[in-house]
Amino acid sequence: MDTLHPLVDALISLMLIIGALFTLVGGIGLARFGDFFMRLHAPTKATTLGVGGVLIAAMVYSWASGRFGVPELLITLFLFITAPVSANLMAKAALHLKVQSKAGRPAGMNDGAAAPGKQG
Amino acid sequence: MATETSHPKRWLAHPFMSAIIAASWLLLQQSFAVPQLITATVLALLLPRVLAGFLGPQVKVSSWATVVRFTGIVLWDIVVSNITVAKIVLNPMREPRPAWVPVPLDIRHPNGIALLATIITTTPGTVSCVIDEARHEILVHALDCSDPAAMAQDIKNRYERPLREIFE
Amino acid sequence: MMPLALDIAVAAVALAMLLCAFRLFRGPEVTDRLLALDTLYINVVALVVLLGIRQQTELLFEAALIVAMLGFVSTVALARYLTRGDVIE
Repeated sequence: MDTLHPLVDALISLMLIIGALFTLVGGIGLARFGDFFMRLHAPTKATTLGVGGVLIAAMVYSWASGRFGVPELLITLFLFITAPVSANLMAKAALHLKVQSKAGRPAGMNDGAAAPGKQG
Repeated sequence: MATETSHPKRWLAHPFMSAIIAASWLLLQQSFAVPQLITATVLALLLPRVLAGFLGPQVKVSSWATVVRFTGIVLWDIVVSNITVAKIVLNPMREPRPAWVPVPLDIRHPNGIALLATIITTTPGTVSCVIDEARHEILVHALDCSDPAAMAQDIKNRYERPLREIFE
Repeated sequence: MMPLALDIAVAAVALAMLLCAFRLFRGPEVTDRLLALDTLYINVVALVVLLGIRQQTELLFEAALIVAMLGFVSTVALARYLTRGDVIE
């Protein structure tokens, strides 16, 4: 941490702060919103810009200290690919369990055993 | 899955995926020594073949220029919509109006549909909840939306059209 | 400047994790708790990466990669369990 160029230092710090703040916003959203489907928006946010910002900072830092920064890149890609999948699966589970939504039941699945739980 | 009969197993059916597997192995090891090169080659050849039943036919990208432009648009949208959602979260006065937005699909390529659903979820403010391939519809939950029809049209214009150019 | 930024970032992520823990205990639905766990592991990834920068070791980044993978798999398994009643048919 001693021989970083001041610009690189500032860039890393900026990305760290941005990432951490968006992670915090995701946490606040998770605690504040009134129903499950609204809360579902929180982790997608926390991953995309939040963890993304922190990992970009980590990557810049490892480039600046002469490494590849490959694990960081792989974590970023992995989270970007998996977050939508897990969000989709959780939404399906919630629709299957008929969790209350402030937006009402979605049209087309008002009757009990409709689409989300279909076997296949 | 009936894919196995329609395209027979062969080596290097997914050259792009093989390249990614080899590259990530070498980068994780952080060495280009001969044993690592051999392992990378074996993995790159073997894994796509073992997984052939899950992968389906290879995707043919028709326009790389669209891919580059579209990636830029999506990354930009992620940043912009993150800021929009952050404002909603941090403003205690404002109660968001959640809504279900059914998005009818014109795109038919399965990988294209999967990618569209992923992009919808990754841009915060919208989460794709049910991908109904039989009815060709994605059910989207929007965090703050007063006009579902306009939002569905927006998603179609902004994301689906470039994806169709890429995949079809 | 970076040590200060690191401190702020660690504090913010820790606060986010507390909020997740609040949702984890509060519920009310089982899917809410699952969602809280999912967000929690993503925050753990961020925290481990921050720790890795702070202690200047590469090892922790690989630990973060493993946390990310295990977290994803367990979220998928739990979500499938809630939807179907079992994990593997």
